[in-house]
Amino acid sequence: MRTRPRPYTRALATASALALAATLSSCASGASESADSLTLIDPWVKTAAADGMTAVFGTLENPTDADVTVTGASSDAAGMVELHEVVDGTMQEKDGGFTVPAGGELSLEPGGLHLMLMALPEDILAGEEITVTLELADGSTLEFTAPAKDFDGGNEDYEGDSMDADHGEMDMGSSADPSDG
Amino acid sequence: MPDDRIRRGPSRRQLLLGGAAAGAGAAVALGADRALASPGPTADTAGVNGDRVTPFHGPHQAGVTSSPGAHATYLAFDLLPATDRAGLERWLRLLSDDAARITQGRGALADLEPELAVRPAGLTATFGVGPAAVALAGAEAPAWLGPLPGYAIDRLEDRWSGGDLLVLLHGDDPTSISHLARMLVRDSRAYGELRWRQSGFRRAYGSDPQGTTMRNLFGQVDGSRNPGPGDPEFDAAVWARDDAPAWLAGGTSLVLRRIAMDLEGWDAVDVAGRENAVGRRLSDGAPLTGGGEHDDIDPEATGPNGFTVINPAAHAARARETDPARRIVRLSYSYDDDVEPGALDSLGRPAVSNVGLLFGSWQADVAAQYVPVQDRLAEADLMNTWTTPIGSAVFAVLPGCEQGGFVGETLF
Repeated sequence: MRTRPRPYTRALATASALALAATLSSCASGASESADSLTLIDPWVKTAAADGMTAVFGTLENPTDADVTVTGASSDAAGMVELHEVVDGTMQEKDGGFTVPAGGELSLEPGGLHLMLMALPEDILAGEEITVTLELADGSTLEFTAPAKDFDGGNEDYEGDSMDADHGEMDMGSSADPSDG
Repeated sequence: MPDDRIRRGPSRRQLLLGGAAAGAGAAVALGADRALASPGPTADTAGVNGDRVTPFHGPHQAGVTSSPGAHATYLAFDLLPATDRAGLERWLRLLSDDAARITQGRGALADLEPELAVRPAGLTATFGVGPAAVALAGAEAPAWLGPLPGYAIDRLEDRWSGGDLLVLLHGDDPTSISHLARMLVRDSRAYGELRWRQSGFRRAYGSDPQGTTMRNLFGQVDGSRNPGPGDPEFDAAVWARDDAPAWLAGGTSLVLRRIAMDLEGWDAVDVAGRENAVGRRLSDGAPLTGGGEHDDIDPEATGPNGFTVINPAAHAARARETDPARRIVRLSYSYDDDVEPGALDSLGRPAVSNVGLLFGSWQADVAAQYVPVQDRLAEADLMNTWTTPIGSAVFAVLPGCEQGGFVGETLF
């Protein structure tokens, strides 16, 4: 479900750009790095139990006149982070990373692109804030925090999983996927 | 956290005056300025009330400082046994974030229906805490925070009483209220259990000129002597005083009483009897001793037979408080709910109505302000013949927060 652009997106973008300015941490040097201009608007992470997996959502915005590509991500809250897409209801790694078009935005949302957090060392509790670092194609990084929200959607199967849901399902409780349809 | 300051649209002044829509133009702004100068009710000619935004952030919570909307929903939660101090803080952060976004016309995080948030119509969210939440935070509770004394007139039911955390939503659009309520209950699942939910209404937005005193479902003008936000009397009565714990500075308290009204019994009373019970005229709320709606009654004035014009047991006589420091500020909404299976009316017949008043009251100190009035009313008030308190709850209403903070942060 792609509902953007939403009302107030512009105001939110500006607000979040201000809010995130303090957390931008491009590694060293030049003002022209991608991380200096890319912002993640309204990030949030779905709550999850230790050893499970979950996903981070939000909207990447790139106001520059050059495409910016996210090539990887990491977080203290996860043993491993992957860039995922959902194809036909199944999650898989996104080849080539996430490219945010020049002057455009890219939505990370349930049922679509997302940052997949795996091998969680601890529970991610509702209201807790986790920190995630994005790695960009030019080597710069963008750090942000995302609050955790209880959410019943976003329960897509992981590629290669069978229905036994042994380790692949993000779902913490319900097995239905209300967003799938 | 979202940022109010850079939202495009009408100025705060226009918004506070009610209904000037974005892009509505200079004529509307001029009308709004005229409204500011006018002391009485004014007709809203601006339209598009849905765009009206009440700022969430500030030293006080917006639901206390703004005029009551046409609709209200109260939610009370019990803490789950597993919720610890850190969990309470996370919960309060989530609730403030939802409220800060949706009251400003934006979807919440993880909100798949952000389209429902775009007509706030003055929506506000106000949070309060009961003694268990204060204790869990490790903060000192004010002495008055707890159930009211029991009264002989009470027929209280648990399903409308008590609670550890309170939310009051009010605004002019019930869809926006419903959406925010849903986001709040969803974000409460990890830490609290919904204890009760009560919704009420006044006349729909636009039915009455702005500033008109509400009527309850007995037809009485209800709250004529009530100071409004911005009045010095309001500030003196409402905001926590120096003797309150520091975390409550900028906060207040809420007493919510659910009062069932016996419409069938009231039907048996003629207009003279009804006015005698209240001490004010039904037509316009003016005191039976003369003057206009907003004038005080004269409890001493006598009629031709030597008796006081106003019955000493009339509601207005019993509720009257002349000391500003001991007054309360009322916030009432009517309810008209489904008749409950098997319910009987006051004459023993199958009930055909289930109506009443969600009587809310702000005050700095429940023991010093609310309880004395309630004591008098419980002792004698002719209106007790047709009214029965069936729910009761007391909460400390937290101060507001600034951008980046959350309501309740002062507890930690």
